[in-house]
Amino acid sequence: MLGYALWRLLQAAISVFGVITIVFVVMHFSGDPTLLLVPQGASAEQIETLRHQLGFDQPVWVQYLAYLGGLLQGDFGQSVVQRAPAFGIVLSRLPYTIELAIGALIVAIGVGLPVGMLMATYRGTALERALAAVVLTGQSVPTFLSGILLIMVFAVQLHWLPTSGVGDVRFLVMPSIALGALSMSTFARMTRIAMVDELGKDYVRAALARGLSMRAVVLRHVLRNSAIPVITIAALEIGNLLAGAVIVETVFAWPGIGQLAIQSIQSRDFLVVQVIVLLISFIYVATSVAADFAYAAIDPRIRLAR
Amino acid sequence: MSVLQPVRRFRPRLPRVPLSIMLVSAIILVIVAVALLAPWIAPADPLRQDLLGRLKPPGTVGRTGVTYLLGTDDLGRDLLSRILYGARVSLSVAVLSVLVSTLVGVTLGMMAGWFRGWTDTVIMRLVDIMLSIPAILLAVLTVAVLGPGFLKLVLVLGLTRWPRYTRVAYAQTLQVANLPYIKASELAGAGAARILFRHVLPNIAGPILIVATAEFGLMILFEAGLSFLGLGIQPPSASWGSIMSVGRQYVERAWWIVAFPGACLFLLVLSVNVLGDWLRDRLDPRSRIR
Repeated sequence: MLGYALWRLLQAAISVFGVITIVFVVMHFSGDPTLLLVPQGASAEQIETLRHQLGFDQPVWVQYLAYLGGLLQGDFGQSVVQRAPAFGIVLSRLPYTIELAIGALIVAIGVGLPVGMLMATYRGTALERALAAVVLTGQSVPTFLSGILLIMVFAVQLHWLPTSGVGDVRFLVMPSIALGALSMSTFARMTRIAMVDELGKDYVRAALARGLSMRAVVLRHVLRNSAIPVITIAALEIGNLLAGAVIVETVFAWPGIGQLAIQSIQSRDFLVVQVIVLLISFIYVATSVAADFAYAAIDPRIRLAR
Repeated sequence: MSVLQPVRRFRPRLPRVPLSIMLVSAIILVIVAVALLAPWIAPADPLRQDLLGRLKPPGTVGRTGVTYLLGTDDLGRDLLSRILYGARVSLSVAVLSVLVSTLVGVTLGMMAGWFRGWTDTVIMRLVDIMLSIPAILLAVLTVAVLGPGFLKLVLVLGLTRWPRYTRVAYAQTLQVANLPYIKASELAGAGAARILFRHVLPNIAGPILIVATAEFGLMILFEAGLSFLGLGIQPPSASWGSIMSVGRQYVERAWWIVAFPGACLFLLVLSVNVLGDWLRDRLDPRSRIR
């Protein structure tokens, strides 16, 4: 187990290092990153001063090492607009996004799991086809379209829910549904596949032959064994939900890091955007490592395979 | 008189195509046809503004005698014409970016599977790294840094979405690489490029097509999302996403600006997804749910 854990952590470290490198390269795509970081209307002299301050007049590899060194010390750079550490700005907005992601995850799992289970159990019936249509819709509606539609129906027409913004739990309902719809489809599909796989196994037939009801077999055995792939999906979906927040937060004026990213792009505050990309990627890597560990703890075949 | 008479004529067995697949194929074909024919079938110039005829509901007859079948937008432009032209932009971004990512992803995947060793290690590690950055965020950052534009959008989307193809091409190449006819070709002195593109590629095309179809639906959504955020297609030209981005501000007074392009977007992505699922079940029997 220890060997497996170390090996997996090393992999994760390489991924994190790779992500940092790619983000560094992207920031240098434009040629001179100074121009991305100066406020609009800066004089040539100011640009020159900033270029020197930030070390952008140095060779690229020196900049790269300095950048890595800064990150290691927790220095993610300064926001040129707010004149404060970019990391702190992002961190102050993060709780809102986490709240939204949790809401979306509840929608995704709360709807996706039962739908997938019903589809697997009632295979070939009208119920399965109806649910398949729901899953397909969730997969095909653009997040911003479902967001706008929800606002039009439940806020503008029916006045049941507030249009946008933050407040009590009512504000969270529509953004969570809009953000969770795509994940819901993923959960439903994966749950269905995992359960259909499991239902085809010999022990299920044996249990049925011994006279157990389908209901008892599903509840007692099949669900537990289908859980493993679903746990992995849950971990991977957290990253997707955080990333999808960029659009949903814009539609619902939700003050999380997604909205911050778009605002920062508009005010050309690219260091803040960069911190957001890094942060979400790190969370993504961390959750997938956590999922693998959970996986290995449940299933000895995985940790012994290495 | 000949003894040997044909008992019955040979009739090739056509695969049975379900009605739903015919329907979604028809929808996709219609949208593609409409996009290609936009300049000839659009009732008005999609860029011509009529500031006195702003936000007119569907069916309004304009002052020039044109009927605005789907209404007008915030600058009095004919929404139907804008949607028709928008289809060109949305589809061409999606098609081109899928081509870019297929080309990059499949080439890298085949190389990793063929050369093995450090090529394999480097490429597949890069795939893992790329997959740990959520693609939409990487695209948002890159477009923001590079600035918007049609070609940049295609390249950004194409170059962020290649790893999935690489994984599939890699696994498939590993399977094919040891087959006798590949070995024979290698012994006959064929170079790696010839073997990979002439012999390996045709044999792994099926699974790649499945990935490409799924990715095509995603690319349409990505383009729409980026344009919706103001990072994609820039005015005055428009894609469905950017039309909706404008329409969102007027949603309470003029629902049609969001509703019609939204419906088109939904129908197209839905059709592509249905077709993709069907293709996967047909081409990859292992994935077919028993």
